[in-house]
Amino acid sequence: MSNTNNSVSRADVIFGAYASEKYVVLEKALKRTPEDIIQELIDSGIRGRGGAGFPTGLKWKFAAQQQSDEKYVICNADEGEPGTFKDREILMKVPRKVFSGMAICGYVVGATKGMIYLRGEYKWLLPSLMKEREIFDEYIKSTNIDFSIEFILGSGAYVCGEETALIESMEGKRGEPRNKPPFPVVEGFKNKPTVVNNVETFVNVNMIMRMGYKEYDKLGTQDSRGSKLFSISGDTPKPGVFELELGMKLSEFVNEFGDGDTKAVQVGGASGFCVPRKKFDETIIGFEGIPTGGSMMIFNSTRSMYNVLHNYLEFFCEESCGQCTPCRVGTQQLLKGIEAIKNSERPESYLDQLLKLTDTMKIASKCGLGQSVANSFASIVENFTEEMVY
Amino acid sequence: MAEVQELVTRLTKQFGCERESLLPILQDYVEEKRYLSKEAMVEIARQLDLSAADVYGTASFYSFLDTEERGEYVIRVCKSIIAEMKGKKEILRTLEDLLKVKVGGTTSCKKFTLLETNDIGWSDKEPSMLINDVPFTDLTPDKVIKIIAEYRKK
Amino acid sequence: METKQIKLSIDGVEVSVADGISILDAAKKINVHIPTLCHHEDLCVAGNCRICVVEVEGQRSLSASCATPAHEGMVIKTNTAKVRKARRDVAALLVSEHNTQCTTCYRSMNCELQAIASEYNVDNNIYLSVLKPNIQIDKSSWSIEKDDSKCIRCQRCVRTCAELQHVNALTVAHKGEHMKISTFLDLPMNEVVCTNCGQCINRCPTGALTERRYFDDLWEAIDDPTKHVVMNTAPSVRVALGEMLGYPVGTRVTGKMVAAMKKIGMDSVLDTDFTADLTIIEEGTELLGRLKKALVDKDPTVKLPMMTSCSPGWIKFIEHMYPEHLGHLSTCKSPQQMFGALAKTYYAEKKGIDPKDIVSVAIMPCAAKKYEANRPEMKSSGYQDVDAGLTTRELGFMIKQAGIDFRHLEDAQYDSFMGESTGAAVIFGATGGVMEAALRTAYEIVTGREVPFKNLNITPVRGTEGIKAASIKVENCVEEWKFLEGAELNVAVAHGLKNARIIMDQIAAGESPYHFIEVMACPGGCIGGGGQPIPTNEEIRKKRIAAIYEEDAGMSKRKSHENEEVIAMYKEYLGEPNGHKSHELLHTHYRKRNRY
Repeated sequence: MSNTNNSVSRADVIFGAYASEKYVVLEKALKRTPEDIIQELIDSGIRGRGGAGFPTGLKWKFAAQQQSDEKYVICNADEGEPGTFKDREILMKVPRKVFSGMAICGYVVGATKGMIYLRGEYKWLLPSLMKEREIFDEYIKSTNIDFSIEFILGSGAYVCGEETALIESMEGKRGEPRNKPPFPVVEGFKNKPTVVNNVETFVNVNMIMRMGYKEYDKLGTQDSRGSKLFSISGDTPKPGVFELELGMKLSEFVNEFGDGDTKAVQVGGASGFCVPRKKFDETIIGFEGIPTGGSMMIFNSTRSMYNVLHNYLEFFCEESCGQCTPCRVGTQQLLKGIEAIKNSERPESYLDQLLKLTDTMKIASKCGLGQSVANSFASIVENFTEEMVY
Repeated sequence: MAEVQELVTRLTKQFGCERESLLPILQDYVEEKRYLSKEAMVEIARQLDLSAADVYGTASFYSFLDTEERGEYVIRVCKSIIAEMKGKKEILRTLEDLLKVKVGGTTSCKKFTLLETNDIGWSDKEPSMLINDVPFTDLTPDKVIKIIAEYRKK
Repeated sequence: METKQIKLSIDGVEVSVADGISILDAAKKINVHIPTLCHHEDLCVAGNCRICVVEVEGQRSLSASCATPAHEGMVIKTNTAKVRKARRDVAALLVSEHNTQCTTCYRSMNCELQAIASEYNVDNNIYLSVLKPNIQIDKSSWSIEKDDSKCIRCQRCVRTCAELQHVNALTVAHKGEHMKISTFLDLPMNEVVCTNCGQCINRCPTGALTERRYFDDLWEAIDDPTKHVVMNTAPSVRVALGEMLGYPVGTRVTGKMVAAMKKIGMDSVLDTDFTADLTIIEEGTELLGRLKKALVDKDPTVKLPMMTSCSPGWIKFIEHMYPEHLGHLSTCKSPQQMFGALAKTYYAEKKGIDPKDIVSVAIMPCAAKKYEANRPEMKSSGYQDVDAGLTTRELGFMIKQAGIDFRHLEDAQYDSFMGESTGAAVIFGATGGVMEAALRTAYEIVTGREVPFKNLNITPVRGTEGIKAASIKVENCVEEWKFLEGAELNVAVAHGLKNARIIMDQIAAGESPYHFIEVMACPGGCIGGGGQPIPTNEEIRKKRIAAIYEEDAGMSKRKSHENEEVIAMYKEYLGEPNGHKSHELLHTHYRKRNRY
């Protein structure tokens, strides 16, 4: 790579700092007013870490404004995006920061019930989380707030990572996304105002409370502030979770994590974007470029991008909730479509038809799942057309 | 039947009979019995005052809430693209040879069921699999042979 | 409280609507048509088919107009390139997972998917077929056929079964490409808790749910010179059949319907109204008997309130859901089954026809009647009392198949005997009708005077409210019924099984204030039955109901006990109401069924 600044900036806040302290940050936060905390979050520019990137301060502000006898704080630990495993690391290593962030949220929005929706695949984490909860419960007793944390398990359904599907699932139903509006901050769990945030977002809130927004903002860029956990996998000599500053160039990333033969990087999991080598240098990882929940799958030149796309599409066909037409049928059409082209049952030009279909899926699907299938499909098909055909 | 009723009663006592109790009840039932039998779903419907169809419809949405008979140990091999790149096929073949079943099948002794599943959150350590709730990562055929041998002894 | 009005713009037209209504409803107000599939006025919003998408200014994605509330200042566009392309794609995708053999589909030309696909000129070859192979049609039920190859997964049936009927026989199962509408464990329809009401059929936009058809059997019987085909038509058929034949909703076609059936070649065209009147005599007598036992004999075993038993969907509902309360049901068979039993006994004797040669067919607004006809206990005549129950829709098809110019038929009269009808029998077709008919007769028996309502119209039990209650004070009784002097007779009427459940929960809790309750399984009563023309909605049901009451108002006799043919039959054949012969032919028993 020719650029001069070709190293990524590592950060070490999430796992490194203050990992062993007992709820010091929470204690500090409880001495401030909720309004003050919301303002700081807004000033910090923090956006949700799950992938969609909604400003966290605003979300909490809306929830705080709702008049209701009951409100809920939900931590979305249904980390199902292929290639993502950073929440697993957080919950293994620093659950305290998550609990603390949730309690701060409860204090700010006026909720006394917190719930962690933990994907069924991570059930093995439960014993250690329960141990930490004992410490948390003990600590809460010493404060002037009332906040409990409950664990709710998923049972193998990717779409439950969508916040309204997650809420449906928590209510004991099929995890089918709801119509929006109303949004969960207005009508969420049991139709009460509900804040749903990603595991990492709560940790970030904790971080901001600890270091102050000015310090936090030194990390990352104007649009993408703070550091971010990346789940790095595939053709890399060092797979794992890394805390990096947002705003880096993909070329910098590949220099650091690639195996020297990187052909493409899938940024943001199966629902994210595939970036080919020729675009590494112009691609920024962050909200000004490609936003991501942190999944980085690296493919070297030995990999077939047709196989990659085929695998994603099979995944979507299975994991679509099935209720809305563009997603349920669209995903099947894309899968069958690329198979038909590969088998010469349809001409290469059929790819254009499928690309047009993804345009419809993007704007007409009910939830983010169906809307984002277009991302990986279009970015793989457009950049690796010849691999789709031959 | 009495056994089913007893177990469901215990679960409804633990989790309640509200709609939101349904998933925890189904999950714990599956943890004990590995799958939801027809009788189990009827009994859960009865105690929660839901229709049996509703219970079935909800359960069938979730990959882990099996409504078909499963073995004592359900093996779910991750089939993500990363797993595929890291040798999932070999792992599956090893398991099929060891257990003498194909994916989807249950051993005749009802000890093992072999399934594939979507990403289980170990892309940094593929190939991986879950046996019931326990993850196994960085699998190699040798490792798989040892793991299955251990489980056979259980 | 006055609802807040908001203003928005749809396709450049300013419209003022109540805050919170959907974009779809707002568009309707200014006659902007937006296609829908999963949306149904009777049901809660789903927002899952996505055919109704529109553009909302300022938003990247399209919005489902049925599921998006209108708010102040919204600027909506319903006809843009983006919208048209998306709708066309959605239609094409639905077609791609659909069994597109429209030419042989029962719902052809009455199919919402077909209409939209045609409107958007969908190219069937754009996408590959993703129709699941080897789908078997479930024909296990006497009443309902389920063909998953025609299902578009809009979930209208599921919502109907859950929201309107509280039965939940149908559910959504699995997810993704495997998501489907299913019964419990995908068992055959005849093995699950289904009331056969057929409301799912009425709300199915395609041919995925249809009634099991019997017209071929009927044609065979008509063509067989050794068979004597006796036909009877339910009250609500005459106000709905016209919809199958191009008439506006709410048109009464009684005379032409009778003429058409005669032309088709039925040997005898009779009226279920006849046994509706008979039902009133039997059921009224039974009610008065129960009241006497309870009030005079102080018999603690008497079950009150007594509940009507005309609606076979309701009967199966209570058998499944409240089997411990079957004693509340009147033991009277439904008019269809009374008719069948008499057709092969009284009618056969009088006409001198061997009952084995009689084919007794009922034309019903109902899907559950098909099941009822096949209940094993319905063989009082020694034969299957009713050989087939056909729906209004099937009759419409038969008239078309026969090439009859329905519009130009001369009105004809029902044959005699068992063809006479009163207004009281006609109103059986609407919710509250059985109650009103019963009161017209019972009150008169007890007091010797007509019911104290203007023109005999007992308006408190009319209308489409889910549960209606009324109270009638009984005064100046004739000698025999003196024990009822001063009593308040409390009655209730429920339609739609959701409402039946409310009534039953009261009974189960021992808190029912009523003496007599009418229950109909279907919303609106029989005029909204599962065998009636499609579509259905509140407006359509109200028009049919209005037609029923018009028919009643125009009848010369409007009380069941004035039906001459019924009176004659008691004299010649049955003896007295609730007598021995009646019990043998006209009454039945019920069975406990599994709840799950």
